[in-house]
Amino acid sequence: MRNTFRQVFHSPRFVTGFVIFIFLLVTLIVYPLVSPGDPLEMIGLGSFFKPGTYISVLDAAGTPAQTLKLPDAADKRLSSMLSESDRVSMLRWLTAVGVPESEIDLQDTSSLLKLWRENYDAKARPKGMTMSDRRFYQRLDEQLESAGSAEALTLMRQDEAGENQEVGRVSGTDYVNVKDVANVRTLPLGTDNFGRDTLKELVSAMGTSIRIGLIAGSIATCIGLLLGLLSGYLGGFVDDLIMFFMNIFTVIPSFVILILITYSIGQAYRGADTVAIVIGLTSWVWTGRSVRSQVISLRNRDHVNLSRLSGHSLMRIILTDILPYIASYVVMAFILQISSGILAEAQLSLLGLGPRTTEVPTLGLMMNWAMLYSAHINGAWWAYFPVILVITLITFSLNLMNTGLDQVFNPTLRD
Amino acid sequence: MNKSEGFVPAERGEHALPCLSGRGVTRVFGTGAKATVAVDHVDFDFHEGEFVSIVGESGSGKTTLSKMLLGLLSVTEGEISFQGKPRDISTRRRRREYWQGIQAIFQDPYSSFNTFHKIDAVLLDCIAMRGGRHLPMEKKREMMAEACGFVNLKFEELTNKYPFELSGGQMQRLMIARIFLLRPRILLADEPTSMIDACSRSTILDMLLNLRNETGMTIIFITHDIGLAYYTSDSVYIMEHGRFVESGSAHDVILHPKAEYTRRLISDVPKIYEPWDLSTV
Amino acid sequence: MGKTILEVRDLCTKYITRSHEDVYAVDHVSLSLEEGKSLGIAGESGCGKSTLALSLMGYYFPPLHYSSGEIIIDGRSITGMDPDTVRKTILGTEIAYIPQAAMNALNPTQRVIRFVEDVVRAHRPGTGKKEIYDMACARFAELGLPPEVLEKHSVELSGGMKQRTVIAISTILSPKVLIADEPSSALDVTSQKMVIKMLRSLMEKGYIKGMIFITHELPLLYNVTDDIMVMYAGQIVERNSARGMVFSPLHPYSKGLMGSIIVPEEGVREQKLTSIPGTPPNLKHPPRGCRFAERCAYVVPSCRHNEIPMLELEGGHTYRCGHSAQHLREMYQDEQK
Repeated sequence: MRNTFRQVFHSPRFVTGFVIFIFLLVTLIVYPLVSPGDPLEMIGLGSFFKPGTYISVLDAAGTPAQTLKLPDAADKRLSSMLSESDRVSMLRWLTAVGVPESEIDLQDTSSLLKLWRENYDAKARPKGMTMSDRRFYQRLDEQLESAGSAEALTLMRQDEAGENQEVGRVSGTDYVNVKDVANVRTLPLGTDNFGRDTLKELVSAMGTSIRIGLIAGSIATCIGLLLGLLSGYLGGFVDDLIMFFMNIFTVIPSFVILILITYSIGQAYRGADTVAIVIGLTSWVWTGRSVRSQVISLRNRDHVNLSRLSGHSLMRIILTDILPYIASYVVMAFILQISSGILAEAQLSLLGLGPRTTEVPTLGLMMNWAMLYSAHINGAWWAYFPVILVITLITFSLNLMNTGLDQVFNPTLRD
Repeated sequence: MNKSEGFVPAERGEHALPCLSGRGVTRVFGTGAKATVAVDHVDFDFHEGEFVSIVGESGSGKTTLSKMLLGLLSVTEGEISFQGKPRDISTRRRRREYWQGIQAIFQDPYSSFNTFHKIDAVLLDCIAMRGGRHLPMEKKREMMAEACGFVNLKFEELTNKYPFELSGGQMQRLMIARIFLLRPRILLADEPTSMIDACSRSTILDMLLNLRNETGMTIIFITHDIGLAYYTSDSVYIMEHGRFVESGSAHDVILHPKAEYTRRLISDVPKIYEPWDLSTV
Repeated sequence: MGKTILEVRDLCTKYITRSHEDVYAVDHVSLSLEEGKSLGIAGESGCGKSTLALSLMGYYFPPLHYSSGEIIIDGRSITGMDPDTVRKTILGTEIAYIPQAAMNALNPTQRVIRFVEDVVRAHRPGTGKKEIYDMACARFAELGLPPEVLEKHSVELSGGMKQRTVIAISTILSPKVLIADEPSSALDVTSQKMVIKMLRSLMEKGYIKGMIFITHELPLLYNVTDDIMVMYAGQIVERNSARGMVFSPLHPYSKGLMGSIIVPEEGVREQKLTSIPGTPPNLKHPPRGCRFAERCAYVVPSCRHNEIPMLELEGGHTYRCGHSAQHLREMYQDEQK
């Protein structure tokens, strides 16, 4: 037994899979400690905020400022204000007045502005420009002028009488230390469509999904093992009866049954555990079949015959003479059932048949929300891509562990 | 289905009591058009303390017969009597009683052991089966050492080992040690030497003979090798297509065969002292 | 004395294990086979018989590797050839090999004639279908196989028939040497006899010039081959004529083997069987000196120190033992009394 464990942990595949899975589990335990709070709390008003660090504007203004003289500050400020469409409009004017396109670099803000100052003339009437176009360029020019010159903002506060009182000035060289700002929130994966912290939701969803996988896998393995053992060892009428059910479950795609059952339960009653149980109840067939065939070949081994001749009871023969031989196989089947349970939940939830949405997030539900709110069209990759990655990592690690075990237990498959 | 005709078990004056006998024992696999008769109305009388061989080629039904004798396979038709009374293995208690009286050694030593159990556990189980569960450990170790000594194995070297650490011949000897502890009235040895090297084979055969001589056990030896049957047995049953075609003392059957099939079987085996006639096939 | 058809000099081949250890399963084996003769190789399982058979073909695939020595077939050395050349020019035409489970080599979806075509075309490309069919028909009839077999699928044939068919196919190009590794062990006695009869007629009709027959069944070897060679732990320990080997073995190991022969003949019941205690040594770390010393009843301290050379007696009888032949015979005689 110890020897087997040593062999298992010498298999590079198993170890790789195991390390990935343990890493995911550790994240699952540690991250909620580091960042406590309800994963489904809607912190952002609006959907799909980009990943990044969010600083309270009010607190930043109230924080004592230090003066930093950074030479490129003005340019950066300008370039952050210049939108992509403004830059394209500037390009259009410049080419219209005869600047060769090769000289213009849209991303280099300072050279673009320099070219603009040299070439823009409010009175000029380039060919093909309408009146409204020229108005637009006048406004753009004014905007650029004011952005370049506005080196300070005045902060005002409204008192009881509604009068504005000046409370301070913010100049272009004022900086505050992020640590001094009272309210800073880093959202490494931004927010989802409901304004919830995607990372926190993701970690919580990973936990729920693994739990669903474990429950579904345990149920499926238990049923499959029990029926497989009974049908294989007893044979005869019991075997016929169990095989009849197995055949029914095999020919009707289990996913269809799964959809029908979850649909008929109704969303209000569908918790994560209910979904897990339903998945478990529909996916035991292959385990049952393969356990049965293994037991049939074991039943004819002489040590089972000898055990019968020793007068051992059915339970004892199954527990001591048959189970140990198929244990490795059942463990592998269990691991595969976990990963397929997680995938089945993701598929169901994506179709909108997952657990009810108000209690816990699951990986499938996150995908479902991202899809419903068109995250893929909005370019909000953070709402679905990390979910896909986590599903892949879980199933990949489980499958790696499975092939690793397979190599140890069935050495003939090597090479 | 014809009853096997013209064949009556040979008389044995000196042994009065047949300890295992069968009349019209039949086993059919499958039903309807697909039914195959593996064992077809065989009659036999195995006597107390006898070394009996059942010889047949593969597919002759000898393994099916052995499973039926052991009560591992049900009998389709006919009756088996154990120690003069019809055998009753309908309940678990009856089966346990029957298996106190009959035990087996199988062909493949590598699959005869539960590889998860140590050798000690295998032997302790035998002691427990004989009602020695509550004996002091000292006594149990003594019994195990005696059994191992009987088959020329050293118990001190085997304790805490797993069966798969032994060679095939050693495993098969351990199986005999198991029988030595169990002391059944009848031992059914189903091709115990066919997966073992020729030079370990003679050891096993001699141990079986010793076992019979020391304990007066009846040994039913099932084999495809007519030479082995001749070397070991008092009486021989020749089996072809589920029927016994000839039986009698080993001397009569093998040196003076009457049935056509027995003659062919003997002539097809390579010989040493007589020339081997290749023209007969 | 006839022409030497197969000669092996000091052949060593090894298995390279997963842990990169060398296991010499064939260790300095020399043998020669004359035209028209057959040689039997006997020994316990794990003594290197089957590895020797594989090594003799000159076609090595991992984990078996060639180490040293020379194999000469009909005056032509085949060692050092690359595997492809061996496969194309040696196998099937110079040497044919029949393993124990050869009958399982027939693909059940093909007719037998297809395998014949495969074999013939691999060596004589472009041979016509009709020509091959006629050739196969003639050969099958000659060997006592009904020509209808050619049109059948392997599943329609019995085990013995399949084995004979495979032998007929592998010798269709009349190879010089046939190596048969336990060709009849999985068969019933009657089928075994048919296989042996067929091998005999292959020899008699000159389709093969020499045969090496490997089995652990000594009565069979005695009846099939002219000479018997006993192997132990990768080495040859004795070689003698079949009769000499069975009735007066010299090496203690051969004596142990011969003493375990059981045949259904008068007198066998009364004779005392001998057996060899213990198990063969692990070839990863072979013992120094005589490899059989651990199990030998006649061992003296010098056996465990000196490498024992092969000694030659009259009539091509060779043996590898620390005792002289006379001394051994005397010891055996004393024992009888």
